[in-house]
Amino acid sequence: MTPMGWSKYFRRRKKDEEAAREIASYIAIETDENIARGMTPQAAHDAAVRKFGNAMRVREEIYWMNTVRPIDNLWQDLRYAARLLLRDKGFALAAIVSLGLGIGANTAIFQLLDAVRLRSLPVAQPERLVEVRFKPGTSRSGSFTGRRPMLTYTLFDEVRRRQQVFSGIFAWNSSPLNTADGGEVRRIEGLWASGEMWSVLGLQPAVGRFYTPDDDRPGCGSPGAVLSYAYWQREFGGAPSVLQQTVRLEGVKFDIIGVAPPDFFGLDVGRRFDVALPLCGERLTSADGTGRAPGRSNWWLAAIGRLAPGRTEEQAADHVAAISPDIMAATLPSGYTAESEKQYRETNLTAMTASSGVSSIRAQFGEPLTVLLGATGLVLLIACANLANLLLARASAREREMAVRLAIGAPRRRLVLQLLVESVLLAVIGTVLGVLIARGLTTILLAQIAAGFGNVFIDLAWNTKMFLFTTAVSALACLLFGLVPALKATALSPASTLRAGGRGLTMSRERFGLRRLLVVTQVALSLVLLLGALLFSRTLYNLLSIDTGFDQQVLVVLLNHESLSGDVDRGRVVRDDIRERLASIPGVENVAQADYVPLEGSIWNEMAMVDTPAGPGEKVLSNLTRVGKGYFETMQVPILRGRDFDTRDSRQAPPVAIVNETFVKKTLGNDDPIGRTIRLEERQGQPAQSWQIVGVSRDAKHTDLREDFEPLIILPVTQNAEAQNWARFVIKPRGDLKSVTPAVVQKVAEVNPSIDIDFDVLSETIASGLVRERLMAALSGAFGVLAGLLAAVGLYGVMSYTVARRSNEIGIRLAMGARSVDVLKMVITEAGWMVGLGVVIGVALGLGAASAARTLLFGLQPTDPATLFSASALLATIGFIASYLPARRASKLDPMKTLRQE
Amino acid sequence: MPRRSQPGSGDMLQGALDMLILRSLVIGPAHGHTIAHTIEHGSDHVLQVEHGSLYPALHRLEDRGLVASFWGTSENNRKAKYYRLTPAGKKMLAAETSRWEQLAGAISRLLKPATD
Repeated sequence: MTPMGWSKYFRRRKKDEEAAREIASYIAIETDENIARGMTPQAAHDAAVRKFGNAMRVREEIYWMNTVRPIDNLWQDLRYAARLLLRDKGFALAAIVSLGLGIGANTAIFQLLDAVRLRSLPVAQPERLVEVRFKPGTSRSGSFTGRRPMLTYTLFDEVRRRQQVFSGIFAWNSSPLNTADGGEVRRIEGLWASGEMWSVLGLQPAVGRFYTPDDDRPGCGSPGAVLSYAYWQREFGGAPSVLQQTVRLEGVKFDIIGVAPPDFFGLDVGRRFDVALPLCGERLTSADGTGRAPGRSNWWLAAIGRLAPGRTEEQAADHVAAISPDIMAATLPSGYTAESEKQYRETNLTAMTASSGVSSIRAQFGEPLTVLLGATGLVLLIACANLANLLLARASAREREMAVRLAIGAPRRRLVLQLLVESVLLAVIGTVLGVLIARGLTTILLAQIAAGFGNVFIDLAWNTKMFLFTTAVSALACLLFGLVPALKATALSPASTLRAGGRGLTMSRERFGLRRLLVVTQVALSLVLLLGALLFSRTLYNLLSIDTGFDQQVLVVLLNHESLSGDVDRGRVVRDDIRERLASIPGVENVAQADYVPLEGSIWNEMAMVDTPAGPGEKVLSNLTRVGKGYFETMQVPILRGRDFDTRDSRQAPPVAIVNETFVKKTLGNDDPIGRTIRLEERQGQPAQSWQIVGVSRDAKHTDLREDFEPLIILPVTQNAEAQNWARFVIKPRGDLKSVTPAVVQKVAEVNPSIDIDFDVLSETIASGLVRERLMAALSGAFGVLAGLLAAVGLYGVMSYTVARRSNEIGIRLAMGARSVDVLKMVITEAGWMVGLGVVIGVALGLGAASAARTLLFGLQPTDPATLFSASALLATIGFIASYLPARRASKLDPMKTLRQE
Repeated sequence: MPRRSQPGSGDMLQGALDMLILRSLVIGPAHGHTIAHTIEHGSDHVLQVEHGSLYPALHRLEDRGLVASFWGTSENNRKAKYYRLTPAGKKMLAAETSRWEQLAGAISRLLKPATD
């Protein structure tokens, strides 16, 4: 329609009025003339009206010229639909709420999935970014730190110098940095990034400037820091004077030189950096003053390059693979065994797309969210089936209305459209509700995820993609639940429907079959969701009920300060002093030093072997830790054989170790371990280490809750010859775990107020490793319950309808002498068929779905028979209850009344 | 609902009515009643104007910018909607008249020999 036409459309009412006035004026003039011809006023008027003819038709004709017919129809339909929904509030409420829940759940999960998995980095041409890394599946040894330890600095430097496919390449590491000045630690998100980052990503500073590759040279003095926009707003109130200020990180002051643009959150999706610093500054914050850059086995960096114009990702991958041998030869780590060295030389680099950044959250939650999106899709399908069922029920109630309208000439298309408009209205209201529900749900989900990851930052702003997704989902839902009932409702033969005395008998058999089919579908899909809910709940239960083999209700305290290092023996004295002071806190039951605490995240492992009479035994990858006096009591790990460490085990005495049962099993089998010698795999440039086994402790989990027990070698801290600038203690308080923290801070400050203190409740740390499982169990449980309820409603509706429809027949049966229990049985059997068929189909579908989610399960198979049985039984029970009520109503029918109604 | 005949069917007649309306406005602005009267009298009551067609036709002509309308007072002091020719309407009338004359001439030439 032309713009001119639209203005006509909006003036159509005025035009209609004008036409009415014009016609009235004609009648008046004609009446005047008739009177002049000698007629009585009444006769004159009547003659004028007759002469003009059908005035309403003329007005209508002019009205149609001015309007857009489909819009006019739509408006009429909308008002009609709204009136109908208002009249039937129960139906409207059920429809809108179930749609809202379905659409809301879908939107929320998709929003999270989009944020962590699909969205591109907010930088210029993100699709041209690729990550340079080792081929997945290859391994190296050394020290791995940071969230994405892919490369060493030397390696990155070689790649940067030799590559010819990128217009620029930079390396980065994200890790938390302490901003507190002694005392309890306060962490912010640090981003160590080489000077090229800003130009490679094509970013412009919001304030000040960025540092450049020239600023980022090894051995740089005090380099400048760039704040994130959010941190600038949060900590400095967005003041431009920030450029004259400094930020304290790990006890070092850095000048603030600029602020990053608002939408740049870093490269790790799910987190947001606070302060970015050049790589050369990293050494200033390290304990030894050299940092991680020089070490050739310090894996701490990830590299991202921008493809040069005309280059493709494949070309980049080929190119870095081709220059790999030279780079490997130039960056060979020291201290590798001959075998490791050979392996290292043979490893190739590759390039992979990095358009959407990298993410540890994505790795953990990408798959669960995809599974959940599937689940929410099923929930919506069930909701749609339910709604279709309700609409079909309404359709049969409106058969007569439709038949009459068809009989007096309404085109069927128009009726279908009108019914669809009703569905669209429901869908639109449902979607609005869904979006509100989604908002609440994503907030809850994020809080859940944050419990496992700490500072999670996920941008949940609505974007076009979200809008399109939600619109598409609700449109699809609307078609699913609305179209078939609308087509069915209008596929009538008016004559026979009207003849059937308002109780459409002729066409309903087929439509009723459809309703049964919908119930079977609902039951089947609900079974899939219930099965999922049970599998994920049992996974969580299995994980929660694992016996870790130690007391998790302990407080872990990490101390960090140079006063702890330096001279080994002096550090020993400081540690002992701190331990005594901590032990003196009222409410502390036990306290012990432990360099590595099980399931707390940091790991030290080596290849170890045990001497046997036949020579050195097999090499076994073993975890190591050093513990102090009272460790075994504090952690409640019993020593099964031999002895605990004691004052005998000084630095001058022969080195000793306690090993766990699994270590003994893997190295010696059934031989007696006490008195045997453990040796580590020899490395270049390191003195050979060996310990004599003096005791065996009970097995306990160490690195991963999900793994079997691993070999563990426990050494006494008293024999540690290496200086460390950190110390870790485990504290077992009598009461609440957190209650002793102020006292701990105070006691440590008595020794030295500039020691950094970090607290961890071990049980919470372990629980936070189960966030994924908790999330899956909670959400799939909620979806399962919802699905079960919807299926029950669907079944109840259909059975009530059957009973109402068959009340004559049932009345006759009862009159003929059927007992009410027979009727009860008859109705329930009918429902039983639907539920049974649904369960059989559901089991087949569920097995397929569960095996797709196999990796998310723990301690049970996707085909677990007990779970399958429970889900089926649960659904059968729901089905029984839902059909029992209508069945009871049927059995209580009064034959006299029913038959008289006829 | 009533359905109006689609444009295309009865084009000739509709075109003729449009032309007659425009012609009746040459002598000056007039309201619907006068227009109908003028056409009927001018044709010695050979042509009867259906009001069901006249008013929609006026509306259509106004839409196309061939006539313009204003509210005025009639001879016997009644409010009435007056129509007048626009320049575009004049041009259209001229074109239509010559087209009609050609057509009428052609038809009468064809009919003549038969009556001879």
